[in-house]
Amino acid sequence: MDPSRKRAIRMTVALTAALLLASALIWTSFSAGREELSVSQLLGRAHPGQSYILAGTVLAGYRHEGDALLFRIRDPKLHESVAVRYTGIVPDPFAAGRGVLVAVHEPRAGSTTFVGEDGSMSTKCPSKYQAAPAARGGASSYGAAAPTK
Amino acid sequence: MQFVIVLLVLAAVALFVTVPLRGRRGAPDPSAERVAADGRAIEDLEAAREAKYREIRDAELDHGTGKLSDADFGSLDSALRAEAVEILKALDGARERAAAAAGGA
Amino acid sequence: MALIGRALLILALLTSLYGAGASIYGARARRPAWVDSGRRSVYALFALAVLAFAILESAFLRSDFSYNVVAEHSSTTTPAFYKATAPWSSQEGSLLLWVFLLSMWSSIVLFATRKRVREIAPYATAVLLGFGAFFSSLMVFYANPFATSATPPSEGAGLDPLLLHPSMMFHPPMLYSGYTLMAVPFAFAIGALITGRLGSEWIRVTRKFALGAWLFLGIGVLLGARWSYTELGWGGYWAWDAVENAALMPWLCITAFIHSIMIQEKRGMLKVWNASLILLSGTLAILGTFLVRSGVLDSIHAFGASTLGVPFVVLLAAMIGGGIYLVSSRRERLRSDHQIDSLLSREAVFLFQNLVLVAMVFVIFWVTFFPLISQALTGTKVSVGPPAFRPFIVPLALVLVLLSGIGPLIAWRRVTAANLKGSFAFPVAFAVAVLVALLLGTSADTRPFALIMFTLGAFVLAGVAQELYRGTSARRAFAKESWPVALASLVRRNRRRYGGYTAHAGLSLLLIGVAASSSFQHSRDVSLRPGQSAVVDGYTLRYVRPIADAAAAKLTFGAVLAVYRGGHYVETLRSTRGFYPTGFNGTAGPISEAFNGSADSNVGLDAGLTHDIWTVVNPDLQPLQAAITRGDTVFERLMKSLSPTQARQASVLGVIGAYRARAIVGLTQQYVSHPWPIEFLLIVSPLVTWIWLGAIVIALGGVIALWPPPEALLVRRRSAAVYAARVARELA
Repeated sequence: MDPSRKRAIRMTVALTAALLLASALIWTSFSAGREELSVSQLLGRAHPGQSYILAGTVLAGYRHEGDALLFRIRDPKLHESVAVRYTGIVPDPFAAGRGVLVAVHEPRAGSTTFVGEDGSMSTKCPSKYQAAPAARGGASSYGAAAPTK
Repeated sequence: MQFVIVLLVLAAVALFVTVPLRGRRGAPDPSAERVAADGRAIEDLEAAREAKYREIRDAELDHGTGKLSDADFGSLDSALRAEAVEILKALDGARERAAAAAGGA
Repeated sequence: MALIGRALLILALLTSLYGAGASIYGARARRPAWVDSGRRSVYALFALAVLAFAILESAFLRSDFSYNVVAEHSSTTTPAFYKATAPWSSQEGSLLLWVFLLSMWSSIVLFATRKRVREIAPYATAVLLGFGAFFSSLMVFYANPFATSATPPSEGAGLDPLLLHPSMMFHPPMLYSGYTLMAVPFAFAIGALITGRLGSEWIRVTRKFALGAWLFLGIGVLLGARWSYTELGWGGYWAWDAVENAALMPWLCITAFIHSIMIQEKRGMLKVWNASLILLSGTLAILGTFLVRSGVLDSIHAFGASTLGVPFVVLLAAMIGGGIYLVSSRRERLRSDHQIDSLLSREAVFLFQNLVLVAMVFVIFWVTFFPLISQALTGTKVSVGPPAFRPFIVPLALVLVLLSGIGPLIAWRRVTAANLKGSFAFPVAFAVAVLVALLLGTSADTRPFALIMFTLGAFVLAGVAQELYRGTSARRAFAKESWPVALASLVRRNRRRYGGYTAHAGLSLLLIGVAASSSFQHSRDVSLRPGQSAVVDGYTLRYVRPIADAAAAKLTFGAVLAVYRGGHYVETLRSTRGFYPTGFNGTAGPISEAFNGSADSNVGLDAGLTHDIWTVVNPDLQPLQAAITRGDTVFERLMKSLSPTQARQASVLGVIGAYRARAIVGLTQQYVSHPWPIEFLLIVSPLVTWIWLGAIVIALGGVIALWPPPEALLVRRRSAAVYAARVARELA
């Protein structure tokens, strides 16, 4: 076979493989993808039975109830917030004032609490947090340190 | 005080950076062009020579570890060595030209 | 000093701009003095960066809270080691680290090449100084590390507790070294493209920097994975997080580059490809820095909020646009000198490997950026998440491992059937034996991808072992040396080859570890009372007793677990969770603030060659909540009852502080004296240690390949003499 024909065949094979990969990727991402919504978008759009990725900032005052974590999440700039009931692994960076992503389902009838999917929570890498001035403190303002037990 | 330190650093940087400009007044050197062209040719050939030597060593190693048959190695090795000889000849030529240019300049 | 620091940054910006201009003018007008002056600007930039960094470091070490970055990222209680490394946990400090490292590597490469690559170097200098100017201007205009406050706080906020981990402190300098080293081949490639000097010369002078970038970036990525595994309390080492992907993409790209440049050096082929690869690697490195610094993908509003987004987008656009223009305008000169002789040659394997790596980069890029892509295309942000990576990355990784095994076994240029048989017989036989053993002796057949990875890994390891054995035998036969000496001199004389083989072996170990630990992990999320136990993968983990500790810096609640297997005691693990005080800021009560801050896990880990037993505890403090709220009320009332004078008296505050501390200790004690059921995450995963061992072996391979040959000059001169003699002979 002459070299130029060989090259053309190789090129066709390579391009076909690339095309297949690209189409599979596009298909997967559009079919398996879920809408990523902010709190206000979620409130305006949630349909029963559908799940979404909810992004926002954790409000102070979250608590545990059995093995579930109850917290409110809000838009970083707006003041709307929604309640989420979540079970599964809570990543360590989870804390009030920090951004999280969590997959949620529409609340059950009569409830306003969105149901978080088990183990779907992800948090921002802590290297990117900027401390809000005076929001955190290594020591208490009371001065005296708690004695070590 | 801080202002003085900043001025000193500024002066030091300015002096350091402009040394070459003050020394030769930054004038273009008419012979530099030819010398540079020779230098480029030598650099290219040296790179080619190194790559060729590496290729020869690799072929020897491939042969030694059984990846190249004796016949293949024989033809490949002699071809590579012939190419190396060509590069060396060209390199000698370029060096002579460079030496002549440097002597004439 | 802050004023001097800021002046140094402005001076760094001006020096970078001047040097870039001088270099380009010198190259265009053929005035070497201006080129020299441009190069000296790089040295000057380095000196300025060192001074600026020293000022910032000393502010951190002295805990000078008049510097905003120090107040926000350090405190007097921060241990000295973390004080010294805290500068790069801030945005501003990490930008300064970038400039410091960039100017250091640039100075090294430009000093080493001051008498070589004279045509390309000025443009490379200009590109490097362009980066220097960009990052200096970010600090001058957007994120000044020397910003001060007129009313400094008496105490700093302290370093984020999650970052108090040794590997987290080395991780950023490693990543940034990788990124900045990548700027060196990038800059020389631009220079080569501008001047049209597209031979292997620019590759020869920057190869080690590309290899260094690969090594440092790889170490950085692995340190991040290790930190995630031991510190983040979710049990994994890789989450396909945007920040992780940001570092992985340029690493994959530079891995392709350090392979394909060998083909250009040897055969004069793939010039367009290599130039494109390094331009892509450099762009991805900047993209990585951008992703980490802007947070564009993590939060919907981060892009608007981050001031650094726009300049980075402009820089990236310039890099991509300029790169495409340069490559397409030089495509004639980039034509190959040769063609690949055969699809069965090492060149062809390298080429396939390059395509696989680039495909991986494409997949990771697409999925990571899909939220932004979909938002641009359809208006809604769609997230695909980690599951979307697997169906693509797993098969590509399998092909990659296969190729990394084939590559060392076949020769450059051409292969014959007989040689193939000779080279492949043992590795294939070994791989088949491993496959059969796994099928018969384990349950690996339930996970076909993992099974294939084990088999391919065995193939690679056997291939590398065979290569070392045969090479050493050949050397022994030739030089009459003992086995160890022959092996050492074989590796010493062929560092690139055997460094590469070592890295391939390491990659196999690493991916075997990944396949095993991700496919055969057993995990349980259970709630236990003291005395109760849970069984995970044949191991019985018994919750022996609760433990608690109330220190000033954090409250610790945890558990002691005893591990048994088949009724026999194996060992004791301690797993705790630390709660850091929020600092009294009015949002939490005086007692609550000790319990409601950020938390971190201290993993109870038993790491071994065959498996890891990994445990975290999530102590629910809800049962204490009523008492905490009561305590808040009591102390708030007490504070309000003080007269303004009393409220300022240190002695009064001290007494109240001591009572408060005692109250907190009492609450903490309740956890131990009246234990309630707490949540555990218990994981047993096989071969995780192989990941870290594999990484060490890969790094070792990188070091072998990077290490300068001790007698480099001698060897060159000697062989030059041999060939000169030959030239003389043939001329005669």
